[in-house]
Amino acid sequence: MIALAIIIGVAAGVLSGLFGIGGGILLVPALALVLGLGHVEAEATSLLAIIPVAAVGAWRQKGYGNLDVRAGLTIGAFAAVAAIVGVALVNVLPVDLVRYAFAVLMLYVAWRMAASAIAQLRAEPDSTASDGS
Amino acid sequence: MASPRISQLAILGITTGIFSGLFGVGGGIVLVPLLVLWIGFDERRAAATSLLAIVIAASAGAATQLIYGNVHFVAALTVGIPAVGGVLIGTWLQQRIPVALVQLLFSVLLVAVAVLVVLR
Repeated sequence: MIALAIIIGVAAGVLSGLFGIGGGILLVPALALVLGLGHVEAEATSLLAIIPVAAVGAWRQKGYGNLDVRAGLTIGAFAAVAAIVGVALVNVLPVDLVRYAFAVLMLYVAWRMAASAIAQLRAEPDSTASDGS
Repeated sequence: MASPRISQLAILGITTGIFSGLFGVGGGIVLVPLLVLWIGFDERRAAATSLLAIVIAASAGAATQLIYGNVHFVAALTVGIPAVGGVLIGTWLQQRIPVALVQLLFSVLLVAVAVLVVLR
């Protein structure tokens, strides 16, 4: 079980570095289903585990010259406060209805991201790791 | 490229925070597409900036959860240490894959999260 948790941890880190996400999408299930934590504990523990992962990822990205420090810090500060509002809204909004709307919105965003990516790939079929911007 | 205006950064942060608090999804899932589609960041710049924002937001969230006593330290280390190794691989890999391909893969991730949000 520990070995499985470690493997999922590595996978979560790879996703985190590749996509700029925290990795909670894999860490929470690993903590809950593999290590046996309750749902609330899994979410809370995932938040703590994500901090060094995201920090190391951001530090590496700074080395690669991709990090906008001012933007990251400012967005993070606003997000930290707004998350409290989001948690409070759970008790006010018809969450199941909003959840379906959110899922539909995400599918739309996925389509926009894919369309934009495919347009870039067609425009520069030979582009490799280089970044023109 | 120039950093976004403070008003844009505020909107990005507030949108990301509300959605992640409301649905329990990570901020990056919301923030990265906004940075790409609205601000015009490429995938690498978006991912890098998102990771730093996550450090701040997750720290605030974790601090709250520590007070509530919901955090399991041994479990956090068990998945967190391997994940730090993983993020080194992920960021290294990202510099070697065309940005447009990373963006395409991200759209697949978004579909997966949309399904998870509905099934929850």
